[in-house]
Amino acid sequence: MPWTRNDMAARAARELRDGFYVNLGIGIPTLVADNIPEGMDVTLQSENGMLGLGPYPDAAHVDADIINAGKETITELAGTSYVSSADSFGMIRGGHIDLSVLGAMEVAENGDIANWMIPGKMVKGMGGAMDLVAGVRRIIVLMDHVSRDGTPKFRKSCTLPLTGSAVVDMLITDLAVFARADRSARFRLIECAPGVDPDQVRALTEADFDI
Amino acid sequence: MARKLHDTARDALSGLLFDGMTIAAGGFGLCGIPETLIDEIRRSGVKDLTIISNNAGVDDFGLGLLLQSRQVRKMISSYVGENKEFERQYLTGVLELEFNPQGTLAERLRAGGAGIAGFYTRTGVGTIVADGKEEKIFGGERYILETGLTADLAIVKAWRGDEKGNLVYRKTARNFNPMVATSSRVTVAEVEELLPAGAIDPDHVHTPSIFVQRMILAERNEKRIEKRIVRGEV
Repeated sequence: MPWTRNDMAARAARELRDGFYVNLGIGIPTLVADNIPEGMDVTLQSENGMLGLGPYPDAAHVDADIINAGKETITELAGTSYVSSADSFGMIRGGHIDLSVLGAMEVAENGDIANWMIPGKMVKGMGGAMDLVAGVRRIIVLMDHVSRDGTPKFRKSCTLPLTGSAVVDMLITDLAVFARADRSARFRLIECAPGVDPDQVRALTEADFDI
Repeated sequence: MARKLHDTARDALSGLLFDGMTIAAGGFGLCGIPETLIDEIRRSGVKDLTIISNNAGVDDFGLGLLLQSRQVRKMISSYVGENKEFERQYLTGVLELEFNPQGTLAERLRAGGAGIAGFYTRTGVGTIVADGKEEKIFGGERYILETGLTADLAIVKAWRGDEKGNLVYRKTARNFNPMVATSSRVTVAEVEELLPAGAIDPDHVHTPSIFVQRMILAERNEKRIEKRIVRGEV
């Protein structure tokens, strides 16, 4: 039984630690916010210039001047601060953010990530993704194990233009979790979804990994 | 006191616009964008613009209005995903596009405004962003050289401004506005609320008056929301 998107987000949330400052990418990673363990002090950063994101507003508290990096209305908390984009990316590029959870189209066995561009299709832009993978201390990727046509997305090398090179520390798919001790180490399969065994994971993965 | 305050956007932009110029604009998405000044730039008909802005608005709002009227030749942005007219003009070759990583774009504007010709960053190393750029190793890590950005004109939106030209932004509407304000010798600011000099606590000024040459009280504060998400309705 593959993991659901929320299962994947919950697995990523297990990597959170008390006191962490965390940036969550758009899409499945935003579900991590709903899985922060009760009582754990985790501060969410949004690269458009907000440190300390609250939940979505109720109808009475929608404020056009409070949005997250996905341009969604959001709320502030006691202790929130606002900064310019330059200061926000200073936090990111300067290595002050403990963890970022991002989506991806492909990850390679050396930790390369591609998540911003498909040549020949409309290019929307990288936004803050390249800065995040270059600057945040630990990068966790959440993605489906294979694409809709069954092509493995964890590959020997990425076929799509890179967002960053050798930057992924942990990969969580709907079938398995891969981790490595540092950015020059090989990935190791550390968990499988219920009812999934390592041989099945191997068969659906192009990348080489340890078990 | 030199009078920075103008009665209308037309007055404030008078003599500043010319074909082929580069304009830096504050804002992230539709948040904190100089709506009134964009309207006036559209009305002026100035063309072949290079626009430095993180995003390109939507089809019928923000910088999308200048794309609709074919006044833009080139965009320097990090993300332009919400704009169909943009896509059409880009794919037909009418519009040139230079993508910068968001943090690199913010820092290029900050550097340009601070007299820094270039800086080294890890962002983009090993990607197509690094193509043609000098690479250098510092402390065993690879960095690429990015250059400072300046503009012929900067336009920003602030929450409060005093008549001296000091600006305060509100919440995430700050975004690129402070760096954009420094990126040109001529910055025009539109403010939601105009205050007498001295009404803003000097410790709370985000953009000091030296970076603002002209200002107006904003006539348009629609502040359209791109993605209105409400708890319980999700």
